Amino acid sequence: MSVETRRKERIDRGIKVRSDGVYAISSWREMSYLMVPRLVFILGLLVLPLAFYYLPYWQRVISIICIYALLAISFDFLANYVGLVSLGGGFYVGVGAYIAALCNTKLGLSPLLTIPLSTVVGGAICTVLFLPCLPLRGVYFAIVSLMYPLLAARVIEALDIFGGTDGIFGVDPLPSGWVEQYILIVSVLLFAFGMRRIVDEDVGLVFRGVKDNDQAVKASGVNITTYKALGVFIASTMGCLGGACLVHIYMWAGLSQFALDFSIIPIAATVVGGGGTLIGPVIGSMILVPISELLRDFGTLRIAVYAVILTLFIVFKSEGIMNYATRKYEQFERWVEI
Amino acid sequence: MDILIYGIINSVSLALMALGFTLVYGVSRLPNFAHGALYVLTGYMTWLFMNRLGLNYPLSILLSLVASACIGAAMYYFILVRVRGMPISEIIASYAIGLAILEGLRWGGLKGATFVLPPFIQGSTELFGVSVDFHRLVVVAAGIVLVAALWLFVNGTKIGLALKGMAQDERAALTLGIDSDRMAVIAMALGSMLAGLAALVLLPLGTIVVEAGYNVLIMAVAVCIVGGLGSWTGAVLASFLIGFAQILTVAYLGTHFQVVVALMAIIFTLIWRPSGLFGWQKELEERV
Repeated sequence: MSVETRRKERIDRGIKVRSDGVYAISSWREMSYLMVPRLVFILGLLVLPLAFYYLPYWQRVISIICIYALLAISFDFLANYVGLVSLGGGFYVGVGAYIAALCNTKLGLSPLLTIPLSTVVGGAICTVLFLPCLPLRGVYFAIVSLMYPLLAARVIEALDIFGGTDGIFGVDPLPSGWVEQYILIVSVLLFAFGMRRIVDEDVGLVFRGVKDNDQAVKASGVNITTYKALGVFIASTMGCLGGACLVHIYMWAGLSQFALDFSIIPIAATVVGGGGTLIGPVIGSMILVPISELLRDFGTLRIAVYAVILTLFIVFKSEGIMNYATRKYEQFERWVEI
Repeated sequence: MDILIYGIINSVSLALMALGFTLVYGVSRLPNFAHGALYVLTGYMTWLFMNRLGLNYPLSILLSLVASACIGAAMYYFILVRVRGMPISEIIASYAIGLAILEGLRWGGLKGATFVLPPFIQGSTELFGVSVDFHRLVVVAAGIVLVAALWLFVNGTKIGLALKGMAQDERAALTLGIDSDRMAVIAMALGSMLAGLAALVLLPLGTIVVEAGYNVLIMAVAVCIVGGLGSWTGAVLASFLIGFAQILTVAYLGTHFQVVVALMAIIFTLIWRPSGLFGWQKELEERV
């Protein structure tokens, strides 16, 4: 083993330190240092549908990206802030999808009403169904949550309810492609920045406490199951929103909405984009979903490609793109002799 | 009688599927979610050796078992060792490897009914008035022999005892000069070989399909959780519990509910007793 004689030293950039404080609002330079990355992200997402105006197929892809982004944010929030690793993102999507489809076909509600309805009701249903497993943690919760979508699909198949294996047909589409895309883009932005705000509030501190040391939080007289339930509720509303939009895009609800894709792609997106940043997952799904669209001709190879990307990232670059970029933006590095 | 005999056969097959998984988890605390993929891969390799290279059956079985052991060891040595100690990364990484293998195989053309391994012994017999294939009896025999052989290996050989030591207390084992990484590699190789053995014994009963990989994984996880992760007695007992429960549901409710039973068993066990029937983890460590 050779002895390292130098190491990398990381130091915050001056402008980062200055713009951390109140000084930021007194100078255009510091203000733009803070604003530019956020504005690029927000405006970039907002003009995306316009940029693909002449490519209707890719406009649909934008909606799918947003659905996966919502799921990825929910996975990131649950895993990195509440400490519950949920491998069953498909369950949220499925619940949201079936509620929206049932409300639309049986009750005749318009899509603009079913989407918020199934978001809230679906979140509540998921929370109630997950309530018995909330005392579990770590590997145990991961395994149980992996079972939920499988179980739901099998139960629907076995009992032949909600259209059985055929699914529910004849769901109304959204009024237009623009509405579809902007509903999704705006909700992705709202959730991404809203979640960043929430995790810095008092609630977020308790969430992170539950993740880091639940025994200590419990010892401080806080009911951790309540907080975990709240976390699952927030996360599952995002998933259900995605599912409800998906149903109105495809005009069909079926067993494939509990499929593995909705569980594995958001995880991959979170790992690639950078866990714990809440923006990273959005970036991750903006990279991964188009790749999967390009690989559509190869059938199941795309899942294999995902799995390989996921493995490589988790093993060799586990911090993800967003954490890497933030580090480069805020700090400079230099070699120092030891 | 029907239910009893097929219940036993089903239970032994479940035990076969779960043995490798529980071995790896017991020794190195590594939930090997690529278990199902290794199962399918071994079956497919045997088929390839037989039909593409024209080797005879026993030789191709031997070759594919060695190959699956090597793949398991390589998987640990090159990839999983880097995420040791981060349970979530371990799950995601091994699951991703499994997915890559399975979906890669599906893309490579592993579908349809062309991929069949011949049974070891043709024909069937009458057992207490129930007709049973000879091969199903081979499955039961193999299961019993395998459990016995593993017990002897773990309690009788030096490597086996080292594995047991690792399983009981990793740090104490380290102070006694047991190389934990080497033992984990051995455990992974053994576990993959067991997955392969299970595949070779069970696959001649049907065709080699990718879906089997997911089912085997679910069943292995179900058995291990119900029995208590890392506990062998528990795993064998749980496979009998789930095996009979499945046969009973198939007989009285219909085949659709077969997987539902396994999943419900997992969920109820985890909620009621997260450490499983024979798990040795402390209450406080695993649930809050």
